[in-house]
Amino acid sequence: MGLLSDTAALLGKEVRTEFRSRELLSTTIVFVLIVVVLFSFTFDPTTNESHRFGPGLLWLAFLFAASLMLQPCFLREQVNDTLSALRLAVSDPFAIFLAKIGANTLFLLMTELLMLPVFAALFNVSFRGQLWRILLTFFLGSLGISVAGTALAAISAQARMRELLLPLLLLPLLAPILVASTEVTVSLMAPEPFMQWKGIGFLTLFDVVF
Amino acid sequence: MAKRVLLGAAAVLLVIAAAYAAFFVAPEERTMGVLQRIFYFHVSCAWAGLTAFSVGFLGNLLYVWKRREKYDWLGVSCAEVGLVFTTVVLISGPIWAKPAWGIYWTWDARLTSTFILWLLYISYLLLRTLIEEPDRRALLSALFGIFAFIDVPIVFGAIRWWRTQHPAPVIMGGPNSGLAPGMRGTFFFAVFAMHILMWFLIAERYSLEKMRGDVELLRQEADAT
Amino acid sequence: MASPAEPSIGLRFEKVDKRYGAVYALRNLTLAIAPGECVALAGRNGSGKTTLLRIASCLTRPTRGTLSFSGATENQNPIAGFVAHATMVYDELTAEENLSFFAKLLGVANRKQRVDGLLQEVGLGDRKDSLVRTFSRGMRQRVAIARALLANPTLLLFDEPATGLDPEATLWLTGHLAKLRDSGCTILMSLHGESAIARLATRAVRLDTGSVVADTRSGRDISIRIFPSRADEWACFPTPRRC
Repeated sequence: MGLLSDTAALLGKEVRTEFRSRELLSTTIVFVLIVVVLFSFTFDPTTNESHRFGPGLLWLAFLFAASLMLQPCFLREQVNDTLSALRLAVSDPFAIFLAKIGANTLFLLMTELLMLPVFAALFNVSFRGQLWRILLTFFLGSLGISVAGTALAAISAQARMRELLLPLLLLPLLAPILVASTEVTVSLMAPEPFMQWKGIGFLTLFDVVF
Repeated sequence: MAKRVLLGAAAVLLVIAAAYAAFFVAPEERTMGVLQRIFYFHVSCAWAGLTAFSVGFLGNLLYVWKRREKYDWLGVSCAEVGLVFTTVVLISGPIWAKPAWGIYWTWDARLTSTFILWLLYISYLLLRTLIEEPDRRALLSALFGIFAFIDVPIVFGAIRWWRTQHPAPVIMGGPNSGLAPGMRGTFFFAVFAMHILMWFLIAERYSLEKMRGDVELLRQEADAT
Repeated sequence: MASPAEPSIGLRFEKVDKRYGAVYALRNLTLAIAPGECVALAGRNGSGKTTLLRIASCLTRPTRGTLSFSGATENQNPIAGFVAHATMVYDELTAEENLSFFAKLLGVANRKQRVDGLLQEVGLGDRKDSLVRTFSRGMRQRVAIARALLANPTLLLFDEPATGLDPEATLWLTGHLAKLRDSGCTILMSLHGESAIARLATRAVRLDTGSVVADTRSGRDISIRIFPSRADEWACFPTPRRC
């Protein structure tokens, strides 16, 4: 079967497996929640400052959550050596990689969207009217995190200390995403929200390069 | 062997000469005085470090393409040497900055991306220690090296674009931005000296790694009989 | 089970080395397997049996040397049915879902019938909707075998298939392997000792430290020569003969 159809089949399996147990999604969401709440304790989100710090903390929370969530990605396939079975079955092994990226982007995106109202409430901001733009920002950011993260997950799955290694490798690499996404989100939260198109362009560039 | 000794001697002599030039030959800078002389080391080390990483990047690309272990040797040698030079940069910078700007550090584009570069290459070396099988280690670290190298200009661009509200005290501008002729000579000499040193260090590290590989091979042959 | 429509596959290992860092798993291995042969691989742990099978399945490439196939279609590497130590199926999916998924990836025609048919054949018809996680070792092995057979492969690779199976499951496996052998598939199986399964083989090859040290191509009782049960029998083994 071709690359696209293989990828679709693999992606379907990833999604179906996850939705059956929901363990990855639920733990990730709870983790982000905890981090955001802790941040709120540390930095009291009064309206003025929260607009500066808030998005940064939010994206930082997403980044931490991603570095944990990406780990089982390939470790799962090592349990029963299903990775070998997949490699034997697909015509192009790149499909496995693409499917993982797709699945991770999807799960990250869902986490972020679920966290959005919580964040809005805690930091007392409104995203009304900005929904599509926020969606775009989240999507591009998640894609960037996912692409680099899946690649690094594949690398670290073959090393020792892999639980620590993945965040160690991932976080510096994703620093630009952190900056770009934060700035775009900040501008969307401003009293007169505007779309930082250059930020969007930047995120797209990152996604493409990686 | 003799070639390497010669190279090493040349490197040492050149660096000493550059140091001499930096302290005694170059004219004293108007505002900062003696302190400014750190500039010669700081920037030349920075350039040497970047050159080392670039060569290492090529080594990584070549390894992924050709899978010959000599490219892996090159990659790790360049990474280590580049890291040493970058460490010097990160230490000498703040030493200079405190008296000059009043602060040790700031998060402008260049400093931040240098720091992230440093972190990424430390991770590169760390990754290598965590993978035992040589072929896999070579491949995975080469892949990560490629990611790391590509990321740095992106980090640079990101910070440059957005964080300009921070005071951006002199990006240690290219020496062409108003270096007096006397300084220019010393500066380029220092750059040259550092690059020779870099080349020497990489060659030494490379031959060390090569020797390791050869010993392994000999051991296998011995085991086979 | 349908008999293979394509011609059987032959393999030729030519001076194959496989190196993992400092360790040679396979060393200068030369072995030719004719189409339709059922070959038993013997050898101690670490002699290279698993590595040989992984190379035959194209999951790993040799460090040096070549592996070529005869009878394969379209210049591609043939898809082998591989049953290894690990089950290579997903614990969190049901037996049927696992097989459907792999069948989809492999592009198997008439997917539903094939999956149902295979499940019936391996005796899991009534447990097809249970999660693999709930299966015993023997049942998981059956799922693994069903997975390997999905695309009707003419090359089958088994890595110690009877390990951990109870006598009943072993009996079933022996019968099944006999059927596959008789249908003309080329079978390569690594085995740990003399057993009923070993007796199915038409040929036995013994590996030691990554090379072939003995080979027999006859149809006679091979088990005692190739699977010594006592340590001293290794010593009175005939001089290694390259094949």
